[in-house]
Amino acid sequence: MFAQQLANALTLGSVYALFALGFTLVFGVLAVINLSHGAVFMVGSYAALVLVTRFQAPLWLALIGAMLVSGGIGLLVDVLILKPLRARNAPHLIPMIATIGVAIMLTSAGQGLFGAEIHRFPEETLPAGELVIAGIHLRALEIGIVAVAFALMALLFVVLRRTQLGRALRAIAESPKAAYLLGINVEGLFHLTSFVAAALGGVAGVLIGLDFNAITPQMGQPILHKGIAVIILGGMGDIRGALIGGLFLGFAEVMSKAYLSSQMGDAVAFGLLFLILLVRPSGLFGRVLERKA
Amino acid sequence: MAWLSDFWSTYNTLVYSIGVHAMLALSIQITLSCGLLSLANAAFMGIGAYVSALLTLTLGWPFPAVLAAGTLAPALLALLIGAPVLRLSGVYLAMATLAFGEVVRVIVLNLEITGGPEGLNGIPPSTEGWHIALFLALTVYGLVRLARSRVGRAFEAIKEDEVAARLMGMDVDGHKLFAFTLGALIAGLAGALNAHYTFFISPREYGFESAVDILTMAVLGGTSGLLGPILGASLLTVLPEVLRFLQDWRMAVNGAILILVVLFLPTGLWDPHRVRAWLRRKRREEKA
Repeated sequence: MFAQQLANALTLGSVYALFALGFTLVFGVLAVINLSHGAVFMVGSYAALVLVTRFQAPLWLALIGAMLVSGGIGLLVDVLILKPLRARNAPHLIPMIATIGVAIMLTSAGQGLFGAEIHRFPEETLPAGELVIAGIHLRALEIGIVAVAFALMALLFVVLRRTQLGRALRAIAESPKAAYLLGINVEGLFHLTSFVAAALGGVAGVLIGLDFNAITPQMGQPILHKGIAVIILGGMGDIRGALIGGLFLGFAEVMSKAYLSSQMGDAVAFGLLFLILLVRPSGLFGRVLERKA
Repeated sequence: MAWLSDFWSTYNTLVYSIGVHAMLALSIQITLSCGLLSLANAAFMGIGAYVSALLTLTLGWPFPAVLAAGTLAPALLALLIGAPVLRLSGVYLAMATLAFGEVVRVIVLNLEITGGPEGLNGIPPSTEGWHIALFLALTVYGLVRLARSRVGRAFEAIKEDEVAARLMGMDVDGHKLFAFTLGALIAGLAGALNAHYTFFISPREYGFESAVDILTMAVLGGTSGLLGPILGASLLTVLPEVLRFLQDWRMAVNGAILILVVLFLPTGLWDPHRVRAWLRRKRREEKA
């Protein structure tokens, strides 16, 4: 029973981590709290749904399609909204409010296009089958979700840690001005980061949509709260923290639902967050970066 | 006068909402004017609403006493949590106050006495239009006086440059705590008034979305004066009603307006400096 819960926790936690990774990437590189990340997540799952139901696309293709659609939205938001705000050096509150506007628009568009009711992937498109290891039932779907989430996260880690591109991004996270003086194409990398972060958010949306098989225009809200919780827990802008924080939150949620009342678990989680912020505002792993430029 | 009473019976809750939202937008404007980005005001509003509604429903306190309690309870809490929370600044303060709001919401959701997710039903509608108008006027009057006082100038100094203010010997922490508590006080009052005309309150109304809505109203209207937040609150309250014909798409207009204002009117819809400059230009043109 416990092992079964552990498997569920891993599935949920890996998706939370994937979602939070995009969220924290934008905060780390662009220094923007992107509150439209939840709505982009929702767009991703609708994009996959449309590809699967209307165009009879196989699931892997739908996943890539959803990535491109949500990534495209992230890129558009950066080019049309965040870039002009950067150009005039707006205080950090302002881009955050602009992304609230984006979230409202996307959610409303989702409701206008698809209605408020719950949409589901047709049963026959989901991978069937089950793997039984030592009495634990693992759905093929769950294995797929964990595999996709971890593969994408591993890819991101390698890029950030091992490549020239990753070094450039980390330089920007330290100081965009210094990075610019070093000849790094800061604006280009801001666009790229926005695209990648939103694409990761979109994939997380598809994975959650598949896991619960329920897609609604409002599905971005709860995960946005969780994303905020994860990046506070792991340290804002900290990639490793987002991974550990996401897994931890998935674990805490599944376990408290299984062994406590489901709601009190949330109270404990957010209470803990509040305390962490008071004692260690930089999160468990992060450092406080007061960026002036 | 028949049309007036027709209008009133259809739209009185809308007018009430504008008044309450204006108070909330002002409550966050105070903290912003001291350079604090606090998103706890929705939670303070909720505490005011629940404390006052519970006192009315269980103990049958008279309305004025209930209002006072609903106003003071969140202010006391703000005083208590203020000292540790206000050590944070910028984004970290915003996140901590958001987390605080979630804690409050989830606690209210789980307590027996608050009715859990169903909320509280059957709160007597004691709030009348003139109550809201009176308290809104008092709030505005108080804030105008505050802005012109020593404390108001201290707020401005702290907002512009905290280090410089501290070096000049100002009690920065004390002023911040005062702004934070005053914001909670006004938000609590708005919550108590709101609970006594909506008949029904539930934890959903005081969560993350409301916190963000309140901030949005203030920033949309403009936070450099007191008229801005009131204007923003009115606009964002009326707009969804006016756009009802767009059905599911109407919130998209709200979102678009928000983005456009942030992009093209960085100081909000109402900026005293811009208006003054415009008036000056007009006068010059008239002379010429």
